[in-house]
Amino acid sequence: MTTPGRPAEHPFLEIKDLGVAFPTEDGLVRAVEGVSLSIERGRTLAIVGESGSGKSVTAQAIMGLIDRKIATVTGEIWLDGQELIGLPADDLQALRGAQVAMIFQDPMSSLHPFYRVGDQITEAINAHRSIRAKAARAMALEMLRRVGIPAPERRIDDYPHQLSGGMRQRVMIAMALINAPKMLIADEPTTALDVTVQAQILELITSLQDEFGITVIMITHDLGIVADVADDVAVMYGGRIVEVAPTGVLYAQPEMPYTLGLLSSIPRMDRELSVRLEPIPGNPPSPIHLPLGCVFQPRCMYSDRVAGGACLSVRPDLLATAAGHLVRCHLPAEERRQISQGVLNVLAGGS
Amino acid sequence: MAAYVVRRLILMVALLFVLTAAVFVLFTLLPGDPARLTCGKACSAQTIEANRHRLGYDQPILTQYEEFLSGLFVGRTFSADSPEPIVCNAPCLGYSFTRHEQVLTLIAKAAPTTFWLAIGAFIMWIITGISLGIFAALNHGHWPDRLVMGISLVGYSLPSFFIGLVLIFFVVIKWSWLPFPSYVSPFDNPFQFLQTMILPWIVLAVLNTAFYMRLTRNQVLETLNEDYVRTARAKGLPERTVVVKHALRAGLTPLVTAAGMDLAYLLGGAIITESIFNLPGLGALAVSSVLESDLPLITGITLVTSTVIIVANLVVDLLYAVIDPRVRLA
Ligand SMILES: Nc1ncnc2c1ncn2[C@@H]1O[C@H](COP(=O)(O)OP(=O)(O)OP(=O)(O)O)[C@@H](O)[C@H]1O
Ligand code: SF4
Ligand SMILES: [Mg+2]
Repeated sequence: MTTPGRPAEHPFLEIKDLGVAFPTEDGLVRAVEGVSLSIERGRTLAIVGESGSGKSVTAQAIMGLIDRKIATVTGEIWLDGQELIGLPADDLQALRGAQVAMIFQDPMSSLHPFYRVGDQITEAINAHRSIRAKAARAMALEMLRRVGIPAPERRIDDYPHQLSGGMRQRVMIAMALINAPKMLIADEPTTALDVTVQAQILELITSLQDEFGITVIMITHDLGIVADVADDVAVMYGGRIVEVAPTGVLYAQPEMPYTLGLLSSIPRMDRELSVRLEPIPGNPPSPIHLPLGCVFQPRCMYSDRVAGGACLSVRPDLLATAAGHLVRCHLPAEERRQISQGVLNVLAGGS
Repeated sequence: MAAYVVRRLILMVALLFVLTAAVFVLFTLLPGDPARLTCGKACSAQTIEANRHRLGYDQPILTQYEEFLSGLFVGRTFSADSPEPIVCNAPCLGYSFTRHEQVLTLIAKAAPTTFWLAIGAFIMWIITGISLGIFAALNHGHWPDRLVMGISLVGYSLPSFFIGLVLIFFVVIKWSWLPFPSYVSPFDNPFQFLQTMILPWIVLAVLNTAFYMRLTRNQVLETLNEDYVRTARAKGLPERTVVVKHALRAGLTPLVTAAGMDLAYLLGGAIITESIFNLPGLGALAVSSVLESDLPLITGITLVTSTVIIVANLVVDLLYAVIDPRVRLA
């Protein structure tokens, strides 16, 4: 069923001009502003950005997890034809876990220390349907098997602290997928894990995505893992999206100076040792006192190339530079591409 | 678990041994002649020496300690060579020559009063403190939170003797809403018991309520921010379940320790409150035993109240392990 007035072929998830602001004692924290995004069914979108750029807040807004008592949320979020921001709390609750599920960064603190993992999974089942305890347990067991937990019939009665970090994240994934949601939001699912386990968890998410046909939002601050998992990438900075592109395009032809900076800081095996990794100098802006013009301006090496000092006073818009490729920067597209190719050549070890 | 309990029990007995020794040495080292204290001013030197012998104070200290210990386990007889020997059955905590009564009997008489005082106040402050604390946490930053925190601050800063005297002055003397406190057992006269106990309960509860409101509020606020509470919401659980089953369960667990120990301390006697309301409990007994320099009684009370605290410690630890699966008893 679709909402009247909307065409049937809308994207699966469409976010329009999302804004989330927290009034605090120090001032208004504008965590997210003017975020617009869309994802087609079954695809994976990666959201990349430094700490504090608004990734988690965006994800929590989609989940309806932003506490309206402490924050104002504006804009529209359309999920499969249903608008979420205006939805009553009860409807959002029914949606959470059933239609959209989420896994988090730290699987230790995300599981309740007092309850057995099996019980935590069956609790998720019971939240959305009436089912006998025995059947729920069988479902939980089957799901634990599918996420690759060895001897699940023994593990199901373990407490979280009895499992390793990777196993806990597998439990989180099992719990998230138990109600067959249409969408999974993974908020830095591997950041807290060992490097070897990271790859396994990413692989698991990708394979389950194929199996269940789920749409995935993968949040990370590590562009290095994006290439393997995502169809598209959205780069966030200072609470807004600064560049969106299909993954291949973002690596080959990035245009926003901030994206270039992120790419320059990924360690890569194939890169010559002589090329120094360059983290972007400076710090992210305070979400209370955002720069008046481009939020990246204080750290941007190229802002003086823009005529009339527009970078200091005018907020750039997120504009299409090619099909499916949006960039938020005042520089002319031609110049952006030149800069970008220059930087990529240096990174590739050429000159 | 069983091995742990056995080990803790052995440890407990060892601790009590050390404690008896410490108390014994401490009180023997105190200045003053204990035998001199057993009779009035017009006491002849003969009587004092006779009493010294009857009490065993003429023995070396090690022998005295041995007798005390064996008294605990097999009982003992004071002034066995006199025409009127005093038989003290195990567990014999000693004999008070000031009051001419066995220490254990004196304590057993006073204990129920203190027990009822402690239990009543405990229930009062646990219920009000925890529920107001939760209420404040769930309304964090809004007026109910500020109100509860304000009340807590006031309750915290009022000394219990002040609250007690104010209550007696208004409720009993000025308005005559209640008769003068006069303790009876709840089994003899429940109505008079309640009339007597209600004010002392309030006095003891106020301070603790203030503390538990604050503790509960902070605990709950902290757990409401935990990642697993966010997970519970993300699963689509009703807010009620999120708060009660996930946040409160974890947030209130540390209160078990605080509550258990606070109750244990109170079971050892509430000196000020018992004195103000004229309650014949352990606190009042302890005060008069000190004023009368009644060494056997002081020793006995010290031992009994310490035992209560040590046992409470064990109970609290076991309870905690039952509630929190992460706690390993080893
Ligand atoms: N409840 C809140 N009250 C006030 N400010 C908040 C709140 N939640 C988030 N913020 C602010 O919003 C901004 C964006 O936070 P967010 O958690 O989305 O960052 P992030 O991109 O996920 O970063 P990280 O990589 O560290 O997870 C931050 O500046 C943060 O301080
Ligand atoms: S708009 Fe200006 S400051 Fe912002 S990224 Fe582009 S060049 Fe840099
Ligand atoms: Mg985050």
